[in-house]
Amino acid sequence: MLILTGKPVSDGIGIGPLALFRRAKVSTEVRPVSDREAELARFREARDSAAGQLQALYARALETVGEEDAAIFEIHQMMLEDDEYTEGVENRIKDGLNAEAAVEQTAQELAAIFRHMDDEYMRGRAADVTDVSRRVEQILCGASPMDASAYDKVILAADDLAAEEIMHLDAKKILGVVLSAGSASSHTAILIRNLGIPAVFGVGESMIGEPEGQMAAVDGGSGKVVLNPDAATLTEMQEKQSRFQKDREELEMVRGQESVTRDGQKIEIYANAGHLADLPGVVDNDAEGIGLFRSEFIYLESDDYPTEEEQFSIYKKVLEAMPDKRVIIRTLDIGADKKADYFKLEPEDNPALGLRAIRICLTRPELFKTQLRALCRASVYGKLAVMFPMIISVEEVRKAKAMLWEARKELLSEGVPVADAIETGIMIETPAAALISGELAKEVDFFSIGTNDLTQYTLAIDRQQTNLDAFFDAHHPAVLRLIEMTVQNAHEAGIWVGICGELGADLSLTATFLRMGVDELSVAAAGVLPLRAKVRSLDMQTSEKK
Amino acid sequence: MQTFTYTITDELGIHARPAGALVKEAKKFESRLSIAKGPKKADLKKLFAVMGLGAKQGDELIIEAEGSDEAAAAASIEAFLKANL
Repeated sequence: MLILTGKPVSDGIGIGPLALFRRAKVSTEVRPVSDREAELARFREARDSAAGQLQALYARALETVGEEDAAIFEIHQMMLEDDEYTEGVENRIKDGLNAEAAVEQTAQELAAIFRHMDDEYMRGRAADVTDVSRRVEQILCGASPMDASAYDKVILAADDLAAEEIMHLDAKKILGVVLSAGSASSHTAILIRNLGIPAVFGVGESMIGEPEGQMAAVDGGSGKVVLNPDAATLTEMQEKQSRFQKDREELEMVRGQESVTRDGQKIEIYANAGHLADLPGVVDNDAEGIGLFRSEFIYLESDDYPTEEEQFSIYKKVLEAMPDKRVIIRTLDIGADKKADYFKLEPEDNPALGLRAIRICLTRPELFKTQLRALCRASVYGKLAVMFPMIISVEEVRKAKAMLWEARKELLSEGVPVADAIETGIMIETPAAALISGELAKEVDFFSIGTNDLTQYTLAIDRQQTNLDAFFDAHHPAVLRLIEMTVQNAHEAGIWVGICGELGADLSLTATFLRMGVDELSVAAAGVLPLRAKVRSLDMQTSEKK
Repeated sequence: MQTFTYTITDELGIHARPAGALVKEAKKFESRLSIAKGPKKADLKKLFAVMGLGAKQGDELIIEAEGSDEAAAAASIEAFLKANL
C-alpha cells in the first residue's frame, strides 16, 4: 500500500484499476526537407485538420460543460489560426525547416512570451500554446488519435493532462484522476470538477512506471491517493464513497425544487457573494437570489477609491447573472477588521465599535454618493435591493435613504435610466437595531439579520479573539431572542426579514428560524442545497419545539 | 484615423476568452486596428499580440482604427469594450 497526498481538486471518491495516460509519440526533430512547398502544404493540411478537431471538441464541450468552459477550445482554434502563429511556422518552413520542428519552435517561442508575463493567469496560457501545437504535431507524425475506449472504468494517472485531452475521454468511464503536476485553477481542473470526476493533482511523484491495473483509490475531497490499498483501507474508502454518493444524490434531488417544508411552509434560500468570480457558484448551486453581495471587496481589492464606472460595471454583471432574482447589495462595510490604506482611517483602540460601515458613508457623503449612483445605474439590469450596514438609529436610515433618492433624482435629471422600484433594507447586526426594530421597520422594505456581528455585540465577545472560545455560545438565548423579536417587529410592520450571517447555514437552527417565521436565509453557495434538503425534510406541525 | 481611449473595468482584465472575442470582432473590419497599453502596441486582429499586452483592470488602452471602415470599426470596438471589459 502506498499513500500519496496532493491538492484536492474535485470532490468525490473514485476506486478502480490504475491506467496510465498514453500520448501518441511525436518527433519534432529537425530533418532535411527537399520540397519546401510540399512541406508548407503538409503543415497547412495538418493545421486545418487540427482546427476541425478543435471545433468538434468545442461542440462536444458546449453540450457537456457549457459555454464558459467550452470557450477554451474556441481560443485554441483561434490560436492555431492566428497570423503570428501561422507566419512563425511558415517562415521557418520557408527557411528550410521541416513542419514538425517548425511547429515546435514556434510553440516554444510563443509559450515563452506567456511564461514571462507578470500575471499568473497569463503565465498559465503557455500551456495552451503547447497543447494546441502538440495536436498539430501528432497529425503531422501520423499518430493515430488517442483511443478513448482504452480507458474504461479506470483511475487515470498522468504527469499532466490538457483540458482537451480530458474532453476526448468519456467522463462516465473515468472513475478518478491523479496527476503528478497540475494546478487546481487550471482549465483541466475546472473541467474535471464540472464533469464530476474525483481528482487529486500535484502528488509530486511520477506515476509513470507504476504497474497498471493495480487498485487505486482517489479521495478528491481530502487530496489523498492510495495505491494498492489494504483490505481495511479499501473498505473505509468504499464506505466513504457510498456516503458521498448518497449525499450528492440527495442534494441533486432538491435542485430546482422549492424550499418548502413537508407541511407547506416556504422560505427563500439565497447565497452570499463578494466577487464576480463567486457568481458561477451561486448559479450552479441553484440559489434563489443573492442575499448579501459584499460590495466592500471592490474597495478592499483596489489601490484607490473605485470609480462610479468601475462599480457600475460590477453591479451590472451581478444583476445580469441573476435574471428575475433578487440581488441584495450591501453598501460599503469597511472599517474594523476590513481596512483599505487609501481610506486613511485613524487607528482606533476599539475598531469594532469605531468608525465603520454606514458611519463612514454618512461622514464622507461624496464617497457614498459614488456608490449609490453606481447602484442606481445598475438597477435597470435586474431586481436590485440596496442594504445599509451597521445601523443603530432611525435617523441614519432616513439619511442613507435620502442620499439614495438624491442619487436617483440626479441620474434621472441627467437622462440616465434608473429602475422604478429599488427595495431598501438594513442589516440588523447591533442589539440597538434589534431593540428598535419596530421603529426601523417603518422605514424600509426588509431586514437582514447579520448574526456574526449581532452575536459579537450582544455577547461582548470579540470575534477575532480565539482565547474567548470557551465563553462563546453561537446559540446564546439572548441572540435568538433578539432575532425572534426582530422577525416579529418586521412582520407586524408588513416587511420581510432574512438572515445572512453564519447562523443561517446552521442546520440545527433551521427549524427554529422557520418557527420564528424568517422569510429568507442567505448562506455560502455550497450551503444552498444542503439547507434546502433540510427545509424539505422538516414538518413544522410535528417537529418538537426547541 | 479614429482614436479613442478605454479604461478596463473588468476584474480579470483581457484574459483569453475576451481577447478571443475582441480579435474576432476586429476581424470583421477592413481597417487596420491597433490597441496600445503604455508603450506596448498590438495589432487588434492578432490574438497572441492582444493577450501579450496583459491588460488588467484599471489599465488605460488607446485604440486606433485606420482604413475604409474606420468609423464603424472604432464604434463597434468601443461598444464591445464597454459591454465586456
